[in-house]
Amino acid sequence: MPEPVEAPRLLPPATRFILQCGKDARDAAGRGFGLALPEAACRAESAGGRAALWLGPDERLLLAPAGLEDVLAGELEAALGGLPHSLVDVSHRQAALAVAGPAARELLSHGCPLDLDDAVFPVGMCTRTVLGRAEVVLWRSRPEEYHLETGRSFASYVLGWLREAEQGG
Amino acid sequence: MSAFRTASGGRVDRARRLRFTFDGRAWEGLAGDTLASALLANGVHLVGRSFKYHRPRGILTAGAEEPNALVTVRRDAARETPNLKATQVELYDGLVAESQNRWPSLGFDVGRVNDLLSPLFPAGFYYKTFMWPRSAWARLYEPVIRRAAGLGRAPEAPDPDRYAQRHAHCDVLVVGAGPAGIAAARAAADAGACVILCDEQSEPGGALLDGAPAQIDGLAAGDWLARAVAALAADPKVRMLARTTAFGYFPHNHLGLVERCTDHIAAPAADSVRERLWQVRAREVVLAAGAIEQPLVFPGNDRPGVMLAGAARSYLKRYGVRAGTRAVLVTATDAAYQAALDLHAAGVAIAAIADLRPAAAGVWVEAARRAGIEVLAGAAIGGTRGGRRVSGVTISGRTIACDLVLMSGGYAPSVHLFSQSRGRLTWSDSMRCFVPSQSAERERSAGACRGVYGLAAALADGAAAGLAAARACGFTGIERGYAVAGESATHQAPGATPPAVADRGKAFVDFQNDVTIRDLVLAAQEGFRSIEHVKRYTTVGMATDQGKTSNLNALGLVAARLGKPVPDVGHTTFRMPYTPVTFGALAGAARGELFDPVRTTPMHEVAVARGAVFEDVGQWKRARYFPRAGEDMHAAVARECLAVRNACGVFDASTLGKIAVVGPDAAEFLNRLYVNDFAGLGVGRCRYGVLLREDGFVYDDGVIARLAADRFHVTTTTGGAARVLAMMEDYRQTEWPGLAVWLTSTTEQWAVIAVQGPLARRVIEPLAAGIDLAPSALPHMAVAHGRIAGAPAMLFRVSFTGELGYEINVPAARGVAVWEAVCAAGRAHGITPYGTETMHVLRAEKGYIIVGQETDGTAVPDDVGLAWAIGRKKPDFVGKRSIERAGIRRAGRKQLVGLRTRDPKIVLEEGAQLADRPGIPAPMKPVGHVTSSYASAVLGHSIALAMIAGGRARIGQTLFVRVPGGDVEAKVTIPVFYDPEGARLHA
Repeated sequence: MPEPVEAPRLLPPATRFILQCGKDARDAAGRGFGLALPEAACRAESAGGRAALWLGPDERLLLAPAGLEDVLAGELEAALGGLPHSLVDVSHRQAALAVAGPAARELLSHGCPLDLDDAVFPVGMCTRTVLGRAEVVLWRSRPEEYHLETGRSFASYVLGWLREAEQGG
Repeated sequence: MSAFRTASGGRVDRARRLRFTFDGRAWEGLAGDTLASALLANGVHLVGRSFKYHRPRGILTAGAEEPNALVTVRRDAARETPNLKATQVELYDGLVAESQNRWPSLGFDVGRVNDLLSPLFPAGFYYKTFMWPRSAWARLYEPVIRRAAGLGRAPEAPDPDRYAQRHAHCDVLVVGAGPAGIAAARAAADAGACVILCDEQSEPGGALLDGAPAQIDGLAAGDWLARAVAALAADPKVRMLARTTAFGYFPHNHLGLVERCTDHIAAPAADSVRERLWQVRAREVVLAAGAIEQPLVFPGNDRPGVMLAGAARSYLKRYGVRAGTRAVLVTATDAAYQAALDLHAAGVAIAAIADLRPAAAGVWVEAARRAGIEVLAGAAIGGTRGGRRVSGVTISGRTIACDLVLMSGGYAPSVHLFSQSRGRLTWSDSMRCFVPSQSAERERSAGACRGVYGLAAALADGAAAGLAAARACGFTGIERGYAVAGESATHQAPGATPPAVADRGKAFVDFQNDVTIRDLVLAAQEGFRSIEHVKRYTTVGMATDQGKTSNLNALGLVAARLGKPVPDVGHTTFRMPYTPVTFGALAGAARGELFDPVRTTPMHEVAVARGAVFEDVGQWKRARYFPRAGEDMHAAVARECLAVRNACGVFDASTLGKIAVVGPDAAEFLNRLYVNDFAGLGVGRCRYGVLLREDGFVYDDGVIARLAADRFHVTTTTGGAARVLAMMEDYRQTEWPGLAVWLTSTTEQWAVIAVQGPLARRVIEPLAAGIDLAPSALPHMAVAHGRIAGAPAMLFRVSFTGELGYEINVPAARGVAVWEAVCAAGRAHGITPYGTETMHVLRAEKGYIIVGQETDGTAVPDDVGLAWAIGRKKPDFVGKRSIERAGIRRAGRKQLVGLRTRDPKIVLEEGAQLADRPGIPAPMKPVGHVTSSYASAVLGHSIALAMIAGGRARIGQTLFVRVPGGDVEAKVTIPVFYDPEGARLHA
């Protein structure tokens, strides 16, 4: 039987942007965001309630508390100035879930084919992957906590799937 | 305690007696028994009927390779598992098992007549017999054969059990926990590797469970095993999986394992997991799968009481069961002598050892003779006697009475997984078997599965393989040996023995599929040369046991008949699964609600509350129509259509695919991709876009809005969202990497509420803030930003109905509130929610195509009347050169037209074929087909869209639509039935 795991739960709404651009624009955006955007593949940076996740060579997912869409868009556009970029509000596109507890990793292993071992998937790592039949962004936000982002319409499936996996030991 | 149970010894718990039933009769066994050992302990040998001839069959083996003893184990009506091997079914108190393939009873089986009629059923008989008359195949032959074939019955109730799945990664996966596997796991773990050790049996130990007489590192083998297993279990770097079969070896060291969690438990907890599928990705694999003893082929070798020698030894030493009272051993190797000596020591009379080798001699023969056992060297086996149990065996013309025949044709390494991994096998002449030669994966075999026999050798081989595997992962480890003392004299090469051809009686090669020597001889006579063809013709090796006890004998026989060496004949393909796997394990959690993600829109619950009937569109649930009390779909759709045409309707269009195309080169990007001119599209305006594939055929369509100089909002079809994004990303990254443009899916960001109908503006007006709805400010195909019902919104003036229409886009979480505000504001105007069915009718009335309905992947824009969309001045776009090919421009291609049936009430079948005159006998060459067809409430007659060869030139002509029972007369029209001038759009 797995060790106790906190019940997987939906996280509250958040402000989310997808920023796609080159390195110069990224540096500028980081200054506007108040957090240097990660340059290393599959790494996340987070501080002060904001986070930036590396999703691709050009692509970062920016997370902030809910309701900051206009504020953040303003700050980022101002920082980016005329540098070529694409900044798109995806706050409502996604839903977030948390899987936490000593057995969180094992629970995810029910449906995520990646190796989540400490040596391979350390704290601060993030990647696109699948959980069951849903596409997710998986971010190990703390030693025993994983932050999952999935499509809004997949959230109930992912939650139901995690609950079934909990039963499945 | 029964007479067949020994007084002591073995791994059964004599203090724990378990009750069970077999075919309704109550028996008793012991904890630690399998169903097979418990039945043998009660003297029961007849446990099944064979597949084709319904011959009485007994227990041949003691493991996963069992071909005969297939049973159904029943817990309740829904938990009835057929085709389990009695040799693997662990006994629990209250177990209920039934034999299979017999009627009315195991002892008296009507199907037995097949055995007497067997001359009628040679190999391939169904290819030869059930040919004529042809009509009888579907009515008679197939149903009867299907009923006669197949072994157990599949339960009909849904499977109530829970199945789990797990992904696991490790440095070294060791398959098989016999001496070689344990030594490999130990060595790898000692070097620091993370190890998974799996074994299909209830406990690790492999051959050691049968009680090796040796000492390992100064301990009795059994004590050493207990200590080694405990040490591995306590090691945090080692995961041990018992009752876990590695059934498939997939590319890149990806192996499928199935763990049976509760089948051995009398009363599993209600929510417990029955089976768990492990998908293991291992850096290195050690296969330590052991070897399988092979039967000898002689007449009557399938009679109950004829058993593999090693199996009889296993029943004795592991389960404390004597499989008979008086035995004859028939052997072609030294390997079986130990069994005879052990049984002899346990009080089973060994009437004789018939050694088929002409010059049988050596330590084993001497040991047997010392024990007072008669050894007949160069013996010829004539056959067995008996009915439901063997009563005698004929050796070199002399009949010897017995109730147990032990046989051994030697051992075959279990190379199944190795071969599945595409490793190359080589024939060993000295061992007369196939052994692994060259690995295709990062894999190594150890112990008996590569022909290394004997305890000391297996331990050393396993330890070396485990260490090598760990080293291949980058660990350093030191070699460590095992001191083995007291091991029996090593066996002479215990390979398989090719069978001699017998003239009389049935000598079985494949027990489960009832294939005899004669069938194989017949196949050779009829010209089959390839072993793969012989296999298919005779079905040898094709049963659920995958030929574990038959392939090698069949191969030897065929090679002999063809006069070729065995390696020239080759071997059949080893396929996964190694042993059958339940659908439950493969499905795991993917059943019921979790079978596939069910995607719902932000306004889904509102539609549910309004009583919507939903349809599945891919993974999406979409409201199809909103019936009122007493309405069927036809009535509801007619009402919804009229509401949109005469007043106002509201529709959830959220599933529409949406892509934000942003960057300085966004306009250029879309200009290159779509057929339309997007460079010239003004900010705040929309354009209907058509996307082709490179071959010029229509791939997707949708409205594209320019929100800013560098920002476009592209919509796609619901089903095309993912593939259009993928295609765009492909071109962006590989064709035009120089363009500064980026793509972001925004499908789920927006709730889309379509408000359509002549009163639409009046409904929205009071809700809109910061948007001028005047037609001059927001004309057809324009977009504006502002607030709708307080929510930040993009308001598109677009129409897929032909009416004045708007599509309100608000952030998804605001969708419900805005929808309800729209409904409240529209109440006075008769606003009516409508679903996808109404949407389809409305667009068909206007002749708007649906990609995938009017198009089928072979239509260019002109075929479906979209040539007007092509930007004529553009130098290029995806598909441009293809649509300029001569073949695409020739006359006679199918073109989109409308159809009006002469009888306005007839709604044609979509897909119906058209002819230019009635009554053409089938098969006819149609001139086209119906693509969309509906009853139009606003027009008062049916309408249809069709793709017809040279269709536009046929407008005004009459065609005939083929329907069951005749032809329906229909007139070809333009494909726009309602408001062809488009006045309503621009209202």
